[in-house]
Amino acid sequence: MADREAGDTTSEAEGRPKWDNKVQYMLTCIGFAVGLGNVWRFPYLCQIYGGGAFLIPYLVALVFEGLPLLYLELAIGQSLRKGSIGVWNSISPYLGGVGVASMIVSFLVGLFYNTILAWVLWYFFNSFQEPLPWSQCPLDDSQTSYVEECVQGTPVNYFWYRETLNITPDITSSGSLQWWLVLCLATAWSVVYICFIRGIETIGVYVTATFPYLVLTIFLVRALTLPGATDGLEYLFTPKVLINPRVWLDAATQIFFSLSLAFGGLIAFSSYNPKRNDCERDAVLVGCINSATSLFASIPIFAILGFKATTNNNNCFLRYTGCECVCVCVTSVCVLRVCSASGTGLAFIVFTEAVIEMPGSQVWAVLFFVMLFSLGLSSMFGNLEGVLTPLLDLNMVPKWIPKELFTGVICIVSFLVALIFTMGSGNYWLEIFNNYVGSVPLLVIAFFEITAVVLFYGMSRFSDDIKYMTGRRPNWFWKICWMGISPIMLLVVLVAYVIVQGQEHPTYPAWDPGYEQFPDSEVKSYPDWVFAICVLLSAVPVLPIPAVALYRLIRRLTCPDTNKLQATPPPNPYTNSAFV
Amino acid sequence: MRCVWMVCVLCLAPAVAAILCKPDVTDGYKVRLSIKTALGDDAYEWSKSELFLFRAVLAFAVQRKTNNVNYDVSNILVCDETERVSFWFVVTTPDNTSELLPKLVVENAIRENRHRINSAFLLTDQTLDFVGINPTLAAPIEYDTPPWLIVFGVVMGVVCAGIVALLVSTFLQKKRAKKPSADPVDDEDGSGSIAGNGILCESIGDKDGTYNQGFTDDDRFTKL
Repeated sequence: MADREAGDTTSEAEGRPKWDNKVQYMLTCIGFAVGLGNVWRFPYLCQIYGGGAFLIPYLVALVFEGLPLLYLELAIGQSLRKGSIGVWNSISPYLGGVGVASMIVSFLVGLFYNTILAWVLWYFFNSFQEPLPWSQCPLDDSQTSYVEECVQGTPVNYFWYRETLNITPDITSSGSLQWWLVLCLATAWSVVYICFIRGIETIGVYVTATFPYLVLTIFLVRALTLPGATDGLEYLFTPKVLINPRVWLDAATQIFFSLSLAFGGLIAFSSYNPKRNDCERDAVLVGCINSATSLFASIPIFAILGFKATTNNNNCFLRYTGCECVCVCVTSVCVLRVCSASGTGLAFIVFTEAVIEMPGSQVWAVLFFVMLFSLGLSSMFGNLEGVLTPLLDLNMVPKWIPKELFTGVICIVSFLVALIFTMGSGNYWLEIFNNYVGSVPLLVIAFFEITAVVLFYGMSRFSDDIKYMTGRRPNWFWKICWMGISPIMLLVVLVAYVIVQGQEHPTYPAWDPGYEQFPDSEVKSYPDWVFAICVLLSAVPVLPIPAVALYRLIRRLTCPDTNKLQATPPPNPYTNSAFV
Repeated sequence: MRCVWMVCVLCLAPAVAAILCKPDVTDGYKVRLSIKTALGDDAYEWSKSELFLFRAVLAFAVQRKTNNVNYDVSNILVCDETERVSFWFVVTTPDNTSELLPKLVVENAIRENRHRINSAFLLTDQTLDFVGINPTLAAPIEYDTPPWLIVFGVVMGVVCAGIVALLVSTFLQKKRAKKPSADPVDDEDGSGSIAGNGILCESIGDKDGTYNQGFTDDDRFTKL
């Protein structure tokens, strides 16, 4: 990476980091886009809607919503060469709030995302034991029987809910900080920091972006040789006959969140590119690789789920002859014999249970959790970049503070705030953050992004920029998408999402050993103060958009002389720094 | 008179013993032995001597538990024997033979010495069954330091060492970069770096030569 250049005087060219080579840039973008959701959300969606029935809306959403937005972000970052705040400030001072909103969302998402990585680390640390700690129940105090909670559920559930989370029965009882989770969280943030010390110039990105593919391939080969694998695959790809309109909503939201749009990270990454770079090809590549990875990941996942169902069935028949063996799952939908699950339920409950049955469980467990960790770490780079770059561009950091110190401060602050997720009720709060911060605000921000470029910046100017960067104007397909299809699709998705969420009073599944039907999760509804926090979490990131616009408007009206209201003045074209 | 009294006592003693020990007594336990299941062809016959051994071992267990208060075989009363080898027993205190040792004490005594009792009879927890005293399950492997802490220590150590190393090297790099700029560049063909007008040539070479900031699209900035 180029160091700050000696003798520079202009603010723009002063030491803006650059990519070492194109591969590094592509790997970072792909790593940012490919995250945990590709492995544990897509296969689940694919299965509940039934293979082909889901792929079609998914591909439609990719082509008409995902790729145009991705191309837009990469192009705008590359041409204006600033982080998210600077970019929107440059387009129009009234839209600076969009960048601030991106930054806030990146920060909040980074908080809980790294907590998930802390959980992954905890499981990774525990995978070096023989036997695996989640394969058997511990004894109770009297040493004569196993712990009651464990016997009622399963050892895997017990390990996740009790020994890892030490979860409280509901969200209002916070419990205390779980020290082992605090240690894991500290490790996770330290690893993120070490990858960031030198800025984007890291070998980390080569490893974290490619390692998951290696592990997925290994798992693919292994999983296909396990008994029952074909059952799982059949289950994944069998289309279901019912046509559910909800599938379009899920496909659109999945594509949107999967590509990590509206975080500001992609804008930051592409701003480090040289001015002439084919961002159209980059965008199409990143988008397609992301979707291909999702498809690729779902094969070993479902092969292993099929294997798990087969072993469960076999074990069941060994114990009770002639019974109807029903699959009992905790956080999932159970149909036929194959349990599908999504999210933490898939990784920490279903998969760990499957791993116990595989010969050489420790190796597979270690591989799996390292893969999850590198998937999440590469996405964390983007999140943190979406926070750091705008702050650095805004010149909010005094010059005498070195970048390493500033990054360290951000990491420490994030670690301290994220301690709420290490409490007893942490998992419940994490779900809240996941559902309310990582959804509606992003859709709103994306809608404003595309409107800003089309209306404020102007399609013709944008096309000129693209012609300069890629050598050709964007063709009619992109123009139609940007000006019509994508904003409409975003608006429809946003409205539909809000309606669907608003229809049911929000509830959450609680792990309560005192519940009569334990080990089933008890569905509890959020108390009012919690619901207020949920609404706040959705609203606060979006507030800067109108707030900044209003602020600038008031400034403009009250002080008409100071027309130039920008955070950073555009480079004066008449300073020629070669001539002193 | 004395003889009569003694006979009465002798007659009563087993009666008293019988009253103290009966099935379903609160402070007693039922024992079931499955010798044939455990030993198969090597099974020994259950006899009075074996029962005596049992009482002796139990007295040993209780004595051990109660910090060596002197218990005797006679303190262990047995009743309701059956052919399949099961019987009830109670333990009397050595000071007062009509008082029974509480159930909890007996239970703990047996729990702690279960292994010795089993070995005396070449039986196992399952074949020498004290009804109501569940055998303690084999404890899962206990580690002094949990293995996960060790892995955590290793990972954290490597990461911290890496952070320190990177910070130190960045700091040193910056210091080295500052040093040459302190020396004034007066001669143009000096060692290595060529400069003109106080500006190093390399810095100009690095700039994107095709984009001259002195010459740009004006209408973006000055709307006419």
